[in-house]
Amino acid sequence: MPDLHQTLSLANELNLLAAGLFLLGSFGLIATRQVLDCVAVFAWQSLMLAASAALVAHETHLGHLYVVAGITIATKTLLIPWLLTRTSSERVVARREISQTLNVPTSLLIGLGLAACAYFLAAPLEATAPGARIGVNLPIGLATLLMGAFTVTVRREALPQVLGILSMENGAFFAGLAIASGLPLFAELAAAFDVLIIALVMGLLTRKLHERTGSTAVADLTELREE
Amino acid sequence: MTLSILFNLLQVLVVLVFAPLMVGINGWLRERIQAKRGPHILQPYFDLWKLFHKDERISEHSTWIFRVTPYVVFVTPLFVALLIPVLTSYPLFFAFMGDMLGGGFILALGGFFLTLAAIDTGNPYGPMGASRTRMVGFLSEPVFMIVFFTVSVVAGSTIPYIVQQRWIHPLSSFFDPAHVLLLIAFFMLIVAETGRLPVDNPSGHFELAMIDESKTLEYSGKGAALMKWGGAMKFFVLMTIFVNVLVAPWGLASTRSLGAVLTALPLVLAKMAACILALVGVESSFAKLRLFRITEFLGAAFVVCVAALLIRLMEP
Repeated sequence: MPDLHQTLSLANELNLLAAGLFLLGSFGLIATRQVLDCVAVFAWQSLMLAASAALVAHETHLGHLYVVAGITIATKTLLIPWLLTRTSSERVVARREISQTLNVPTSLLIGLGLAACAYFLAAPLEATAPGARIGVNLPIGLATLLMGAFTVTVRREALPQVLGILSMENGAFFAGLAIASGLPLFAELAAAFDVLIIALVMGLLTRKLHERTGSTAVADLTELREE
Repeated sequence: MTLSILFNLLQVLVVLVFAPLMVGINGWLRERIQAKRGPHILQPYFDLWKLFHKDERISEHSTWIFRVTPYVVFVTPLFVALLIPVLTSYPLFFAFMGDMLGGGFILALGGFFLTLAAIDTGNPYGPMGASRTRMVGFLSEPVFMIVFFTVSVVAGSTIPYIVQQRWIHPLSSFFDPAHVLLLIAFFMLIVAETGRLPVDNPSGHFELAMIDESKTLEYSGKGAALMKWGGAMKFFVLMTIFVNVLVAPWGLASTRSLGAVLTALPLVLAKMAACILALVGVESSFAKLRLFRITEFLGAAFVVCVAALLIRLMEP
């Protein structure tokens, strides 16, 4: 590993830091035990996404990425957490301990393994595009994608699973900052709106689920029934 | 050369004299933040004075280990103080005698004797506390190891005097994610190793819930004083490693003159007080974890630290 440290600018270093804290957020989503804390961790992760977008914008002088950062803060750190806590009923949000299929240390270690996988997956991808300015965003984005999928599998409650899916989207977005920073603003806007609608629908679904079955434990929903 | 040795011994003296002060500040700040009046800042000194003037009682069923342990606990942090930068940002006489790993081993020796002494008297609470401390210890050991690995990967060395310069040259590398994540992980380690609130409740007096305290219950008089003082110095040394080696060497003396070294002293103490403020904030905002949740707490510290290493690998 060549030591290129001297050449990194402050903005680049801060982008790396945002990436690190972003990754920490996806570990947090795996390990956090309380629903409200999960939502807070997701908001924090999205904030780091916005910070990284702004820093990439600063590096590459792509003005529209600032707008993307703004949209991300507005939808993912403010609107979606608010929507999720509002639409799903009180009893879902106030539940303290979420049950998990694996215990916390084991799932954290699996998450680490996934992050290491993402590192090795990203290396050949980077080799295919030697000219592109990819940086740290691609491996971290991939890692978050994988860990979001893992969150969905390991959690038993509906709301944390929704957050897992949303964090997968975050990861894809984070990787996209590196490979497709020239994406038109309209596409980003559409994606942000889509995610908002997804969160709303899933939140309402969770609420209905809780009203019908009295719990949001997904494992209990094994058979279809007609009314 | 003689100046170098002199400063090195001065560092040991600083650790010796100011360690109880930090414990006092910690206790006072904690009570203040929780809207109580709090003990006097110098209370640990009064306690030591009182204990040194009291009679000592030693169980006739105990062996030499029980008698030797207070001295081991008292002396080991002083040896670590020879190796780490307490006041200066340039290497002193004993700087290359051992690295951070060596310091860790010396501190572990004190912990080892503490465990033996707790089992020695046959008091039922001693072995219980000792086994719990061992549990926390063997969970935090891998985190310590990964911290040292990460440090040696990032800084290319584990000699504290070399490591501390790595974080500020150039200044932007202070925000290196490996650095920030390391700080988070080591902070969690300090909480676990010195028996602070999410892991252990230092102000509790209920023996069944104790982790750290119950090991020294059998000591009285001079032995108790040495144990208390040694514990305070271990805390001081860990804080020094955190504040001076891992955060940044700001405020340390960079020239070889006695004046510069003496002006560094209040700056270092101020830095440490700021760090204690953060520690007290954590202590006042978390409830004690259940015993088997400590695995999760230290597991999280481990993951944070490995993430630091991973991101270091991913860096362009």
